[in-house]
Amino acid sequence: MTIGLGHYLAVASVLFTLGILGIFLNRKNVIVILMCVELMLLAVNINLVAFSVFQGNVVGQVFAMLVLTVAAAEAAIGLAILVVYFRNRGTIAVEDINAMKG
Amino acid sequence: MLLQALAFYVFAAVTVASAAMVVVSRNPVYSVLFLILAFFNAAALFVLIGAEFIAMILVIVYVGAVAVLFLFVVMMLDINLTELREGFLKYLPVGAAIGVVLLAEILLGLGVLGAGSATVASLDKAGAQVLAVDNTRAIGRVLYTQYFYLFQVAGIVLLVAMIGAIVLTLRSRPGVRRQKVSEQLYRPKDQTITVVKVPTRGGV
Repeated sequence: MTIGLGHYLAVASVLFTLGILGIFLNRKNVIVILMCVELMLLAVNINLVAFSVFQGNVVGQVFAMLVLTVAAAEAAIGLAILVVYFRNRGTIAVEDINAMKG
Repeated sequence: MLLQALAFYVFAAVTVASAAMVVVSRNPVYSVLFLILAFFNAAALFVLIGAEFIAMILVIVYVGAVAVLFLFVVMMLDINLTELREGFLKYLPVGAAIGVVLLAEILLGLGVLGAGSATVASLDKAGAQVLAVDNTRAIGRVLYTQYFYLFQVAGIVLLVAMIGAIVLTLRSRPGVRRQKVSEQLYRPKDQTITVVKVPTRGGV
């Protein structure tokens, strides 16, 4: 009963699918959509780290760190935009976000 | 070996279960807490596979920074929870169908990759390869030499994100009187002092 690369890839694929499912289900709540994006990035990171470890090549983990950096920046900017939007409009429902529609 | 497999299954199950709870949870605060749980268990999976540095970074960055940021924003916004849940059941069939199809495709591709090509199978057979030095030292040796420019670019990305978030959320309220030292210092003398000739016994 040894844990191989396939096990980690399966966990990552389930996490990624859950993230996409969350984006589909929570059509009204931007905060949960942002959390689902974080989940998908976590799945990507699991893939990168698993391949890196099983290949014995550390570069994948460096790349996972960069993905983590970009995810943190994305969360900060997204939440800042959300706060400003809520301050102006009083709602965060996705359907009401159409101010830039031509 | 058995203990390792058992630990993997426990951590993976908790990760997937809490990720599902992030999606279906009624209250966004509970979603954030389950997100923290998911990230903790993913970090445990990383420790199990031997990537300790990424695991600790994951705990520090996600649990310490990102999740708390989410929590602050969820609590700051006064949102109507029942309104946000509308349409959940309406989108459930199509969302579940797309999710099932996607997962089946990914797992099918994974199975074909494992059975057909040599990549996953050979890597699987090799097992987790032990590096000559410990994990953190190995990452540092690569990160600060070969990928040093990438490291700097990551720092710039964080700086831009920080400045952007501050610029977006900083607001100056109209009613607040704040001391502006530069305006006080640059005020000319004739706006500040008026010399009044006071008549005797008259007062000003």
